[in-house]
Amino acid sequence: MTSTHGTTKTAGPAVGPTPPEQTTATGQDGNGPQIQAVRRRIRELLPPDAVITDHARLRTYECDGLAHYRVTPAVVVLADSVDHVATVVRICAAQRVPFVARGSGTGLSGGALPRADGVLIVTSRMRAIREVLPQDQRAVVEPGVINLDVTKAAAPHGYYYAPDPSSQQICSIGGNVAENSGGAHCLKYGFTANHVTGVEFVAPDGSVVELGGLAPDAPGYDLLGTVVGSEGTLGIATAVTVRLTRKPEGVVTVLAGFPSTDDAGAATSAIIGAGVVPAAIEMMDALAIEAAEAAVHCNYPDGAGAVLVIELDGAAVEVQREFDEVERHCREHGAFEFRVARDDVERALIWKGRKSAFAAVGRISPDYIVQDGVIPRTSLPQVLRAIAELSSSSGVRVANVFHAGDGNLHPLVLFDESKPGQGEAAEEVSGKILDLCIDAGGSITGEHGVGIDKSAYMPRMFSDDDLDTMQMVRCAFDPDNIANPGKIFPTPRLCGEVPGRRKGEHPLAVAEVAEIF
Amino acid sequence: MAVEALIRAGPALTAACDDVSEATGADAVDGVQPGYVGRPGSTAETASLLRAAAEHGLAVVARGAGTKLTWGTPPERVDLVLDLTRMDAVVDHAAGDLVAVAQAGCPIATLQESLASAGQRLAMDETRPGTTLGGGIATNSSGPRRMLNGTFRDLMIGTTVVRADGVIAKSGGRVVKNVAGYDLGKLMTGSFGTLGVVTEAVFRLHPLPAASNVLLAGARDAATLAEMVRAMVHSDVVPTAVEVDWSPAGGGIGVLLEGSAEGVAARTATAGDLLGRAGAAETHVADLPPPSWGRYPEGVLLKVTCALSAVQTVLTEASRLGVTVCGSAGAGVLYGGLPAQRPPDDVRAAVTALRAVCVGTGGSLVVLDAPAAIKSTVDIWGPVSALELMRSVKQQFDPQRRLSPGRFVGGI
Ligand SMILES: Cc1cc2nc3c(=O)[nH]c(=O)nc-3n(C[C@H](O)[C@H](O)[C@H](O)COP(=O)(O)OP(=O)(O)OC[C@H]3O[C@@H](n4cnc5c(N)ncnc54)[C@H](O)[C@@H]3O)c2cc1C
Repeated sequence: MTSTHGTTKTAGPAVGPTPPEQTTATGQDGNGPQIQAVRRRIRELLPPDAVITDHARLRTYECDGLAHYRVTPAVVVLADSVDHVATVVRICAAQRVPFVARGSGTGLSGGALPRADGVLIVTSRMRAIREVLPQDQRAVVEPGVINLDVTKAAAPHGYYYAPDPSSQQICSIGGNVAENSGGAHCLKYGFTANHVTGVEFVAPDGSVVELGGLAPDAPGYDLLGTVVGSEGTLGIATAVTVRLTRKPEGVVTVLAGFPSTDDAGAATSAIIGAGVVPAAIEMMDALAIEAAEAAVHCNYPDGAGAVLVIELDGAAVEVQREFDEVERHCREHGAFEFRVARDDVERALIWKGRKSAFAAVGRISPDYIVQDGVIPRTSLPQVLRAIAELSSSSGVRVANVFHAGDGNLHPLVLFDESKPGQGEAAEEVSGKILDLCIDAGGSITGEHGVGIDKSAYMPRMFSDDDLDTMQMVRCAFDPDNIANPGKIFPTPRLCGEVPGRRKGEHPLAVAEVAEIF
Repeated sequence: MAVEALIRAGPALTAACDDVSEATGADAVDGVQPGYVGRPGSTAETASLLRAAAEHGLAVVARGAGTKLTWGTPPERVDLVLDLTRMDAVVDHAAGDLVAVAQAGCPIATLQESLASAGQRLAMDETRPGTTLGGGIATNSSGPRRMLNGTFRDLMIGTTVVRADGVIAKSGGRVVKNVAGYDLGKLMTGSFGTLGVVTEAVFRLHPLPAASNVLLAGARDAATLAEMVRAMVHSDVVPTAVEVDWSPAGGGIGVLLEGSAEGVAARTATAGDLLGRAGAAETHVADLPPPSWGRYPEGVLLKVTCALSAVQTVLTEASRLGVTVCGSAGAGVLYGGLPAQRPPDDVRAAVTALRAVCVGTGGSLVVLDAPAAIKSTVDIWGPVSALELMRSVKQQFDPQRRLSPGRFVGGI
């Protein structure tokens, strides 16, 4: 079986026969003539403090949140403007050298894994919030801006930025755009794609284009919608116009304890069946609760086989109504404890256990894999049972923490790397969980992306024709295959001659670059 | 295409699909006469027809109910109309997952009826009676509810497309949360049939609200109307829709509230107060929207978008130019109407002036529909950003320019 997995806290298990970082997917020669020319040219055109070529410093960027894939990039650029990004991309395009964008490096699928023969373009210096426009319900921010900082900037105006990945204190808006990130509240509010109305974008030939803007429905193809979620393979976002959402008048957060995940799952179905769309419904099973207790003492109900964290928001009168429904359905489905947070302090306490769950697992296991798969919500009971069987038959422990409302599972597969064979066994269980998701009609990733980690799994979800058609888009944007190559697609498509497209040296490169500096 | 070549293609088309006939005058696409009409009954049959069309170099225009076939620029040529109305099935409704699968030829109204029996809906409006899902997707049409729920691009989670070369391709899936691969559905939405033929789509659904109310209030001037819009948009009453209509003779606002019976009653009272404070003399409440709600104006039809804060400027400029305006002020998406008899030069002047205002506030103006004399006089699409990338996409998907050639931006 192809090894496919989520992330590990430490350097993870051995990866199949050939680790991807030793294949063509990440490039091999960091010293070929092209990359040397690129390095030279970048040094000529960018300020010295924006360019890293020192090996020890380069290694800081060798992986993202998926720490067991590591590749040292040939050059790192700390871009501080769209001009920097466009200049570097043009230099790369002229030599057909790959480039990879990197935001905060919290991605969990190796999307920002560098190329040994390429340039890593880091946006961490592009952190300006250009404009907050509450009257337009928009903000315009640079790609390195941290997700939570957008909400902080909007808060004084009664607004916030709805997509809230658990990593929101550190991940960047550019990374969110690339991954089409979601969060606990996307059940009701949708994903990044539904909250971005425009990007300033550097295409793989170095040209700068505006896709979308302040208003929706720009004329022409929805290239904005195509670029969001494309994992940095179509170009680099250098500014992002986001939609701001009105802060809800009422918010109620509930913690309900159930005897088993089956009961909690049935309650979830009943709530949604009753026509209530909560802002969030999150589930944790007994093992995940145990880990959270050990780490943050969140004081979840004793003896619970599962807890649900349910949040309702909106107009205060509607929230009250929905709350009554939620309480009724939870109790009818066996909830033996039902706690309600009515202010921010109590709410933070309830969320604490859920939000710390990934990290908390470190308390009960030295190593673990975070898997990310999706199933139709109605298949939850069967799939959870199948995961439990998988776990007991293999002896590999699996803790479940997930977005129950939309069937996005995050099984945490526990192992101890120091014990022979455990890493491989965990790998296998993790892969089989993805098989379960696919068999249930779901997806191999709900929010962490395909990256380098799951590209081998794409043919399980999509036919060759499907993938070929997606890659036609790739060819339209990036005929030379230099924007984050080796990610998403198991095999690159040859784009052929594209009329009207330059080959070799970009005619404008030298002239325009000269103007910029 | 030369008549002989068309005749030669006939047997291949008939072999590909058992429902192919010669086109009549009624099948003309915005004044351009096709040779054949094919009515495929399945995605596979659509693929066979498109393969046959590819072999014979036929230009193809897909058609649903035909309610927006005159939108955009007229096609340069049409040999085959692909009529998708036989593919009108609701394929699956997984009520527990709030997901439905339907064929492209299924009228939106038919889908809604079928979903309603399980207390659910696709949170979209029918903007022209009879509109099919495929036609709605291809033109990215949307109505009042877009303010809260978004449009096809937000609600379509999986798409089956037949390419110009007859290859069938899927993207997305049957689960709402899914980031595997590129989202081709968004690329197809609003592409006017120039990239492929959508044959089936998967949608995320919403529960039907238990109750709804519409507040209607007149406004004496554009400033008051804009103030009422602001009061609703920046309020806590969570409107599903905030619509305006405005002409030189006056107009008003319509606010749709949906939810539980008690909730809607309480929010209606709050919204009424807010509207009063914003300058509404009197507010009427009805439980259902008026029949004209969300319908596009007839005649010359403009799609006008702008930043939310620019609604007042757009309304003022429109009425100065004699353009009547209606639409989703709460989303910054409005529709303008002009009498079809207005002299083309007049229309051009109005379009140019109003477009300048829209573009200046981060929006755009597109002439969706107009008589031929006007279409040939005005710039239909206005400035289009990233046109070169769009051409590259077209070149990849339809290198021979056989799908609705010339109907889209920049001659695509
Ligand atoms: C503890 C933890 C919890 C998490 N929880 C969630 C969650 O709840 N929901 C969720 O969706 N994700 C979650 N993630 C995953 C991750 O945080 C998101 O994918 C996030 O969007 C990545 O942002 P980043 O800035 O770290 O991007 P990076 O990891 O730096 O990059 C991610 C991808 O984006 C590309 N990229 C970065 N910037 C740009 C740009 N400007 N233009 C184009 N491409 C670019 C990169 O090339 C790469 O392919 C979590 C991660 C961790 C570690």
